[in-house]
Amino acid sequence: MKIHNTTGGRVFDAANYVFLSLVGIVTLLPFVYVFAGSFATEAEITRRAFFVWPEQFSLGSYEYIFSTPAFTRALITTILVTAVGTVVQLAFTVTMAYPLAKKTLRGRKLILSLVVFAMVFSGGMIPTFLLVKDLGLLNSYWALILPAAINPFSLIIIKNFFQELPAELEESAKMDGATEIGILWRILLPLSKPVLATFALFYAVGIWNDFMSPLLYLSDNSKWTLQMYLRQVTAASDLLGTGNVDPNYIPPEQGIKFAVIVVATLPILIFYPFLQKHFAKGMLIGSVKG
Amino acid sequence: MAAPVVEAEASGRAATRPPARERKNAKFSVHFAHYKWLYLLLLPGVLYFAVFRYGPMYGVSIAFKDYVPFLGVNGSRWVGTQHFEDFFSNPDFPRLLGNTLILAFLNLGIAFPLTIVLALLLNEVRLSVLKRTVQTLVYIPHFLSWTIVASLSFLLFALDIGPMFQFLNNVMGTNIDFLSDPAWFRPLIVLQEIWKNTGWGTIIFLAALSTVDQDQYEAAIIDGAGRFRRVWHITLPGIRSTIIVMLILAIGQMLNTGFEQIYLMTNALNRDVADVFDTYVYFVGITQGAYSYSTAVGLFKSLVGLVLIFGTNWLAKRFNQSGLF
Repeated sequence: MKIHNTTGGRVFDAANYVFLSLVGIVTLLPFVYVFAGSFATEAEITRRAFFVWPEQFSLGSYEYIFSTPAFTRALITTILVTAVGTVVQLAFTVTMAYPLAKKTLRGRKLILSLVVFAMVFSGGMIPTFLLVKDLGLLNSYWALILPAAINPFSLIIIKNFFQELPAELEESAKMDGATEIGILWRILLPLSKPVLATFALFYAVGIWNDFMSPLLYLSDNSKWTLQMYLRQVTAASDLLGTGNVDPNYIPPEQGIKFAVIVVATLPILIFYPFLQKHFAKGMLIGSVKG
Repeated sequence: MAAPVVEAEASGRAATRPPARERKNAKFSVHFAHYKWLYLLLLPGVLYFAVFRYGPMYGVSIAFKDYVPFLGVNGSRWVGTQHFEDFFSNPDFPRLLGNTLILAFLNLGIAFPLTIVLALLLNEVRLSVLKRTVQTLVYIPHFLSWTIVASLSFLLFALDIGPMFQFLNNVMGTNIDFLSDPAWFRPLIVLQEIWKNTGWGTIIFLAALSTVDQDQYEAAIIDGAGRFRRVWHITLPGIRSTIIVMLILAIGQMLNTGFEQIYLMTNALNRDVADVFDTYVYFVGITQGAYSYSTAVGLFKSLVGLVLIFGTNWLAKRFNQSGLF
């Protein structure tokens, strides 16, 4: 596109650049504040209203939370549930997407329309809760994984992706005597690695961030996940679980909240560049309607 | 998933028969035998949908029953529309409807247009380093949990010690209790929504903007159209169908105010303005055990949502837009 360097255009550009930079900075500020605060002393947090760099560097908040069993337990639990859940959910999604990508399969259309209907209508919170209860999954980590095993959007996008792979690949494999499952495992999955990695990350983020499922299904607070723990710490700090810390040590109340938020955010920030690489291409959204 | 694979490879059946499509009227048993591995692969997914998606849809029938856990869904007594009548005559109903709709319209009226404006502004940026940096930053909050968003809000807006409180106190001398003053509940919810999802929402509009015909801009420039006229006459019409599709989706989701966000921001002092259908179902159903009544409330909400989706889609088609379905 040709650019007309009129004065008005340049003023607009400058204003636009300044405005967008501010938008970016304002988006980031809460993190910077919390990150800085998590390394500050409690006195500094109370004294200074807002800061992006601590005057006195302190690891006290982290030492405190990592010596609190309730926190470390929640952290380990969340990591394990996220890892297992991602594998299970991805396996469910891929094994269903592959047959549905075969246009000659009978019953395909019926199943697809039932999947689409499930996108716009659901039984809702209470019937799902009662189902999970009847299945005996209350206070089980499977309750955080199975009810969300297949995201219909992800299923359809992965199905469309399989459908667009060249048919010759499969035909030649069939000539060589490969079965359908062999084709999926040895030909399609290696080809789909980037796509599957993206959806694995989306599933992982979903499980890591999930608050509603543990709230509904885990009443036993020794089984709580990190999000539940975070909620408890930030909403009512006086409820904080008692750790094996020195009884004379007064916990840095605000600092603890800062540190727990940082720990809950960090994995997302670490994986974010990998996520962004794929969704930025518009791959995820462009094919939803198909 | 390793087991079925091993099994399949061990059987090593060569698929040399012609595909079923060539034998148009082949019996289903033949078709099934030919595709048995595919049907096997389909099984876990179909079971999942049957149990966890359609199971609860069957469970919705307790909205018309007096559900007793001991008797189960089928054994409980049928009471017809009793729970719906109770709900509609309950003073909670107009309050919930009002709260839900106000939040929905605030999001539609403020967050939705802001997304389009942000996308348009980003689209005007020719300095690609700046564009990519800003995009990277504004997408991040979408991936954070509502728990983190709520916790950040609690810290930033806390009474006396929160930076926002102190800032406004220093500048304007106000003492605003953002977190418990009911008047601040809705502004905070909308602010959270803007911070979390505006950036992410631009992706789809930016994708649509990239498909707008560039020749039209050149022609418009030659005709002497300025920046804003080009945006108004070329860019916006170019992404109109995307805007309509996104609007349909947003309206269809109107009653889904987001359970987690509202639940996390609700407290004893702001319940009057904070209660929406989603959180009401939780408080009445899970914490008070009124399963049938709360299911009726949830069903009402889902049905209205369905009507909204199909209604707006129908409207969009009437006005010659593509619609969703």
